[in-house]
Amino acid sequence: MTDAAEATTDIRHTQDGRTGRTVHFSVFRGVPGANASYVTYDVPEVEGMVVLDAIHYIQKNLDMDLACRWNCKAAKCGSCSAEVNGHPVLMCKTRVDDLPEGTITVAPMKTFPLVKDLVTDVSRNYKVNASITPFTPRKDEPTPWNIKQHDIERLYEFRKCIECFLCMDVCHILRNHDLHEEYYGPRYFVRMAGLEMHPMDDADRTEEIRTEGGIGFCNITKCCTDVCPEHIHITDNAIIPMKERVADRHWDPIRRMFTKKKESAKPGTAAE
Amino acid sequence: METPEIRSCDVLVIGAGGAGMRAAIAATEAGCSTIVVTKSLLGKAHTVMAEGGIAAALGNVDPDDDWKVHFADTMLGGQLLNNWRMVEIYAHEVIDRVRELENWGGLFDRTPSGGIMQRAFGAHSWKRLCHVGDRTGLELIRTCQDRLTATGKADVCMEYTLTKLVRSGDRVVGAIGYKRSDGGFVVIKAKAVVLATGGWGKMYRYTSNSWEGTGDGAAMAYEVGAELLDMEFIQFHPTGMIWPPGARGILVTEAVRGEGGYLYNSEGKRFMFEYDPKKLELSSRDVVARSIYKEVKAGRGTPHGGAYLDIRHRGAEYIKKKLPSMHEQFHALAAVDITKEPMEVAPTIHYTMGGIKVDAETAASTVPGLYAAGEVAGGLHGANRLGGNSLGDILVFGRRAGEAAADWAKSHEEGSVSDAELDAEQKRVLQPLATPEKGEGENPYLLHEALQWAMQDDAGIARTEESLNRSLTAIQEIKERAKNMHVPGGRTMNPGWHTCRDVESMLTVSEAIVRSAIERRESRGSQWRLDYLEKDPEQAKVNYVTYKNGDSMSVKPVPHDPLPKEKEELLHHSRFFEEKKA
Amino acid sequence: MAQDATTKWTPPEHTGLAKESAFQRLRRRAPWWLLPLTVVTVLSAFIVYGMWTAFFGGKVYSAPYLSPFYSPQIWWNGPVTPALWVLPFPLLFRATCYYYRKAYYRSFFWDPPACAVGEARKKPYKGETRFPLFLSNLHRYAMYLAVIVLIFLWIDAVAAFDLNGHFYFGLGTAIMVINCIFLSAYTFGCHSVRHLVGGCVDCYSRVRGGAKRYEGWKFITRLNEHHAMWAWLSLFSVVATDVYIRLVMTGIIIDPHF
Repeated sequence: MTDAAEATTDIRHTQDGRTGRTVHFSVFRGVPGANASYVTYDVPEVEGMVVLDAIHYIQKNLDMDLACRWNCKAAKCGSCSAEVNGHPVLMCKTRVDDLPEGTITVAPMKTFPLVKDLVTDVSRNYKVNASITPFTPRKDEPTPWNIKQHDIERLYEFRKCIECFLCMDVCHILRNHDLHEEYYGPRYFVRMAGLEMHPMDDADRTEEIRTEGGIGFCNITKCCTDVCPEHIHITDNAIIPMKERVADRHWDPIRRMFTKKKESAKPGTAAE
Repeated sequence: METPEIRSCDVLVIGAGGAGMRAAIAATEAGCSTIVVTKSLLGKAHTVMAEGGIAAALGNVDPDDDWKVHFADTMLGGQLLNNWRMVEIYAHEVIDRVRELENWGGLFDRTPSGGIMQRAFGAHSWKRLCHVGDRTGLELIRTCQDRLTATGKADVCMEYTLTKLVRSGDRVVGAIGYKRSDGGFVVIKAKAVVLATGGWGKMYRYTSNSWEGTGDGAAMAYEVGAELLDMEFIQFHPTGMIWPPGARGILVTEAVRGEGGYLYNSEGKRFMFEYDPKKLELSSRDVVARSIYKEVKAGRGTPHGGAYLDIRHRGAEYIKKKLPSMHEQFHALAAVDITKEPMEVAPTIHYTMGGIKVDAETAASTVPGLYAAGEVAGGLHGANRLGGNSLGDILVFGRRAGEAAADWAKSHEEGSVSDAELDAEQKRVLQPLATPEKGEGENPYLLHEALQWAMQDDAGIARTEESLNRSLTAIQEIKERAKNMHVPGGRTMNPGWHTCRDVESMLTVSEAIVRSAIERRESRGSQWRLDYLEKDPEQAKVNYVTYKNGDSMSVKPVPHDPLPKEKEELLHHSRFFEEKKA
Repeated sequence: MAQDATTKWTPPEHTGLAKESAFQRLRRRAPWWLLPLTVVTVLSAFIVYGMWTAFFGGKVYSAPYLSPFYSPQIWWNGPVTPALWVLPFPLLFRATCYYYRKAYYRSFFWDPPACAVGEARKKPYKGETRFPLFLSNLHRYAMYLAVIVLIFLWIDAVAAFDLNGHFYFGLGTAIMVINCIFLSAYTFGCHSVRHLVGGCVDCYSRVRGGAKRYEGWKFITRLNEHHAMWAWLSLFSVVATDVYIRLVMTGIIIDPHF
């Protein structure tokens, strides 16, 4: 054994972090059209273990075939969304010792069609995304652009979205009422809010938000905000401001009278 | 033989991170039909992990900065092993690429006068990194994703694994693979192929890479005869998490040290005073990583074998504002409040400088019709990469690769894929699902782990001829065992089966790393040879190139293009010229 | 803090991983129906009390205090109780308020009762796209009316410092001022106010007074983040003010004062 190897091997053998306890996991297994079931696995607990660690242990030692999406394992990519004990969460961020004693259930996101085990078909989300009017820069703006910090500060939050689709999963309009064709869903109002409030964007999406987007279906019950792993205030900062912009256009005759001219004079700004 | 789904396009882009998407945007803008293939969902690529920023000499904060200084810093950082023409193109064009990103709707922090804000980073002469908080990579990928989606012209195939590039005559004409969702085979015929598959770190035990970093692109390119460059150079990031075990390897951004973090050993001593009294914690990545390693080896490591990184003295308010992701990451994963406790950190595999050998102007590999951009390509970073140069790299060379591939596609006809080749590939790929030849067959996950330890222990941060040979023997042994891999289950979303494919790529790339590391008998950049501690002026003139020689792998020294006189003078523009020259 | 190699610093003990607090655990493990049940109970209690005080409670006035249910003092001696002229406006404001909408959709309509919990209802869901719920879009008009009422409440509170031309400050004065503060924080932290002040602007640098509007928007955002808290506090403070003045009026307690 050379010097090079010593430091790492010592740690490997003496510190695997096992606590000596065993955690029971009940994991959804199945494909569409076949009998699905929950299979129980016993996993040795490791200090600071997250649910995704347990899934990896199962894949490696107990059931190589257990399907699950994941990428970064650092809560930055938003791939490992699932429902742990009935709560929509990122598995890489959910610590086992934060969960109540007893068997931990892990199920796929309910709102999306099942592919296999913990993997669901989220392709519809990408279709919705493609239908949104993209960023449309103002014309005749000299490059490089001059943008002040206070013009973009509130957009940062929207750009934090990692597209984990937990908000789409928990939204009762999609989850319980299946209004997939009528309603865009929280993630896409976040994106549209980011575009609408962009200081250099020249497109007007108010009608799109109301009609294709179906923002009226949202009854602001805030479950999307509750589950967001990036702590984006989806309802307060994206959906409600968009509802207010729709109200400007459709429910506020007085304001409309005052603002029509100014709006056309200043491209890119909503009514002052 | 099973009939595959056959698709055709002008340009096939493999990989949908920043480089892949930028290449696809360029190819569609040039009027080519384009297919983008990714192993994951769109927008999940490793680019999202980049935190620091994009290095571009805009001179918004430090007006003295310009492309020449950026050129000099990058060349000196790479110990002049870089392809100088690539660096020149890069330093020039990255400025436009950043502004272009902004014009596509991307956001950056602003200066008071309304320009793009820039921050300081290790070994950059001036404040140069265009950033948005500590999540610049996410901003980049989302902006490119929105742009790609907006054009609506590229066909994005998510969750496809490509297993083989197809060569017809002397050129590449497409690729064979399967859909992960149902295991059905696909053949994608293309007039030109752009590889943008990123780097490889997953053959190491402790890495900041996601599962995707298995080196598929380099392995596929190697198999069709492309040359790989500088494979021995692998960057260790000095600060990765080490505890709890599940979080080991996850990156702790350099910005923690940039914002004034101190490194301590278990005796409570700021040990960087001994290794680099001038730059201390902000010394270059390889120096800091080695210092931590030496402290641990001297018995002054933390309980879990690392060093303490302490930022508490900046105050809770400041930490939460400047390092929000780090605060959240330690809180969620380690239950450590970094405003009250120090972090335990150790070096982690971060980036691969080496990769497919490409032409500087067109990003063309040594095989006609095959292009490579981003981390999978080699040459830009030389022996060590500066922070912030990777996000720029993927934009500059992603675009160039896309454009060059489009040009090539316009002047070439579609090639054909022979049934024999398709049949052989299907048999090979499906083999782990069949009854194993011997016993129960090998578990691909366990083979992967064995490979990780072989690389981590013997081809890691400190290397010797002996350790590298031991690693090579282990790789060859695992390669033998891998022929008998077996997984249960069917072809629908079977992660065990997918892992078999990953293991094969990783074995090829690992062998290239170890063979190149054996050849470079000196310590330079990220390569640290305990048996050759000094730099060798003779080896400064060559790159080691790995190529397929019949059925075996060979490595040869290739002298690189010498730096022209007028470019050599540019090096003086760097503020680090004096110390780096040595 | 250590600035050089000689200054030593003691490495921490290995403390193990921190656990969540007892309160957090209680909150997370509480059954999902607990919150809607509480909301239904409290809101119903308020409505019942409001009805009672408006129709049967008589006029609540004890110089210099005037109950918020009876302000402003128009139609003091009219055919119906003055509370009926005043109450609809704040009620309309609260009924269309984005926070209360969440509260009653969840608790009364069970749409949804809690997150990721099944719903019993099978009727087609229309959300706020149809009559009458789409009238919530008129929230801003309700806000204008509520601001007018609030102005009167502040006038009452200031007037309560004056008893027959002399300075007066009693516990009741303090309660009335606190009530006004809570109501103001609730009213001006409203999402519609936030929208009108700055939310509707796309580029602050290019509108008149943009920097000021951005500052205003930030201030209202800070209030708005606790909109639910202000909503409940102001609801309780209105009832508390009414109850207190009623007790003083009937002589059950004597108002301590300077």
